[in-house]
Amino acid sequence: MRSVDRLALAHLQLAFAAFVLACALGLWQMLARSPWPAPGFTPSTYFQSVTAHGAAMAYVLTTFFIMGFGYFTADRALARPLPGLRLAWAGFWLGLLGVAMAMAPVALGRASVLYTFYPPLTASVWFYLGLVLVVAASWIWCAVMILAMRGWKRANPGQAVPLAMFATVANAIMWVWTTAGVSAELVFQVIPAALGLVETIDVGLSRTLFSWTLHAIVYFWLFPAYIAFYAMAPRAAGGRLYSDTMGRVSFVLFLLYSLPVGMHHLFMDPEHSTGFKFLQMTLTVLVAVPTLLTVFTIAASFELAGRMRGGRGLLGWIVALPWREPMVLATGLAFFMLFFGGGGGLVNMSYGMNAMVHNTSWVTAHFHLIFGGTVVIMYFAIAYDVWPHLVGRPAPSLRLQRAQLWLWFIGMMTMTLPWHYLGLLGQWRRVAQFDYSNPIIAAWAPWVLVSVLGGAVLLASALLFAWNLWSFRHAPAPARPLAPFAFAQAVHEPRRIPAALNGFGMWNALVAVLMLAAYGYPLAQFFISPPPSALVHRVDGAPP
Amino acid sequence: MKSERDILRTELQWTLAVGAAAGVVSLAILWASLAHLINPPSNFETIDPAALHLSDEFTESNLGTRVEADGEVVTRIVATQFAFAPSCVLVPADRPVTMRLTSPDVIHGVLVTGTNVNTMIVPGYVSQVRATFRTTGDLLMPCHEYCGIGHSQMWAVVQVVPAERFKPDAQGRAACEKR
Ligand SMILES: [Cu+2]
Repeated sequence: MRSVDRLALAHLQLAFAAFVLACALGLWQMLARSPWPAPGFTPSTYFQSVTAHGAAMAYVLTTFFIMGFGYFTADRALARPLPGLRLAWAGFWLGLLGVAMAMAPVALGRASVLYTFYPPLTASVWFYLGLVLVVAASWIWCAVMILAMRGWKRANPGQAVPLAMFATVANAIMWVWTTAGVSAELVFQVIPAALGLVETIDVGLSRTLFSWTLHAIVYFWLFPAYIAFYAMAPRAAGGRLYSDTMGRVSFVLFLLYSLPVGMHHLFMDPEHSTGFKFLQMTLTVLVAVPTLLTVFTIAASFELAGRMRGGRGLLGWIVALPWREPMVLATGLAFFMLFFGGGGGLVNMSYGMNAMVHNTSWVTAHFHLIFGGTVVIMYFAIAYDVWPHLVGRPAPSLRLQRAQLWLWFIGMMTMTLPWHYLGLLGQWRRVAQFDYSNPIIAAWAPWVLVSVLGGAVLLASALLFAWNLWSFRHAPAPARPLAPFAFAQAVHEPRRIPAALNGFGMWNALVAVLMLAAYGYPLAQFFISPPPSALVHRVDGAPP
Repeated sequence: MKSERDILRTELQWTLAVGAAAGVVSLAILWASLAHLINPPSNFETIDPAALHLSDEFTESNLGTRVEADGEVVTRIVATQFAFAPSCVLVPADRPVTMRLTSPDVIHGVLVTGTNVNTMIVPGYVSQVRATFRTTGDLLMPCHEYCGIGHSQMWAVVQVVPAERFKPDAQGRAACEKR
């Protein structure tokens, strides 16, 4: 096996191991909140589990998947040796060390602060230091991606960077911006508190810094799904990408508008006034634009493919698509779930309307549907697409792959539709159990039970996914070598390309301007007139 | 195969449609904000969380519902790990109520089931929500933000009574009915 393939495989395997564990914890948490019993339940074990579930999904699955897929993309799209291969391996081991450092105190019950921290609650310092190492590892990945693209451009002057790599580097640059907020929160506020160096924390500042990261991190997770939509799905459908240019425009828009919008997580917060909340709400509306452009471009690509396969009429091309291809099926299911997830998100972002759903199960439903229904289902599809090329064997069973995707879809809908409804009824978030003897809460019980069944289907799907990857080991070696991996081609491949759509210099400057406008004063206010701080509250059992 | 011109034209048409949709959504929210005053609670007001007992407003004896001299109904609540003080507040139906909340320790949050009352409670700040309760009865007011291991036990009750049963005492204070 080639070294770069081993590198990608190591990242993807770690990502998916964390994912399967986190799915099991998720089902147990749903049991705890339902009228049914959950073995081993106490409030402490519950919040331990929520912390592990959140950190494993949000930090381990995503970061390592994105890094592994990025290395694969750089290698296949650029078709030249990856610069800094040893550095990349160092990043992997650093990240793995970080995961172990962060998860050990969680397992010991000394870091039950959930993956979003909530200072002045303060966990064992190892939890935060471990996560800082994971972020540092991801920065190494960012550097390798940027270097790889730069090297390719130097060797191919005037040519368009392949779309998949252009998008990967857009994500790497966005991620450096994104992590600035949470890194500042950890390094300047939370870790000093955990070390006992300071006794108080400015909570308004920490929440604002975390909000800097909180929206863009979701787009960091989403990027691989969009790369699959543009650069893999059209090829799997037997066609071509409708427009390479629109892909570039969409990825640039993601880079621009994912960042200056995080304050929509703080609509219900008292440390900001309406002006900046309104400004960031307006920018949030613009985030919908690249997604809607993508839906059109990918649907148009699929229509071309369907018509080439003999589809006729207004909708006949949909029937003609090769739905037996897991990548095509996953794209269809992801679009379907994106419709519901995006609709829910529209309610969340609608400023005053947020009061109706803030911190209710509606929000939990929304981000599970976006994350599970658009991000993770495409991670599955990408894994199924690249695994044969990483291990050098064809898939043992496409039927089981499709079954796994369908199970994920059914489970996700069964779990999140009741959650949306429960949120509208007022079911609140982040509690370990509900008192079902209360008549208001008793009325929720049937819907809670339906959602638990959805969670069970999701765990079954996660296990089948692990089996589908594991079973490559038993697949017979192919008689002839597999055809080399290829990304989708556009109907019209770009011949000449404006520099703005082939690099990020100008866009970086624009991000800086937008961030200054959106976050400049909201952050400066904490230094101009510092508000009263809150006392540190340790949750790791250490003496104060 | 489609020509490059065709592709560009259709993409631009779609982009215009998307831009128009985004504009309509923005205008609808702006209209709701300005014409119907539907805004997030954004009362910017600081308070020292370590000295609530020294403040005039959030001392223990001043918590709960009170009709102020100008006739405004104000409910003051302190959210702590892991209880609300008081654990039940009485409010009149169909009359504007101002809820003022703060925390001496960590982040909390509240919602009132069946209403649009919803705010974070961040130590260092006073959160304020204005609401008019339309239905009578006992509504749940849980803490909806993770505040520690006892978070799930942290909830209170908002008792909404018809105007004729809302009888403040001489100082204007009203407490939940005993049952
Ligand atoms: Cu609380």
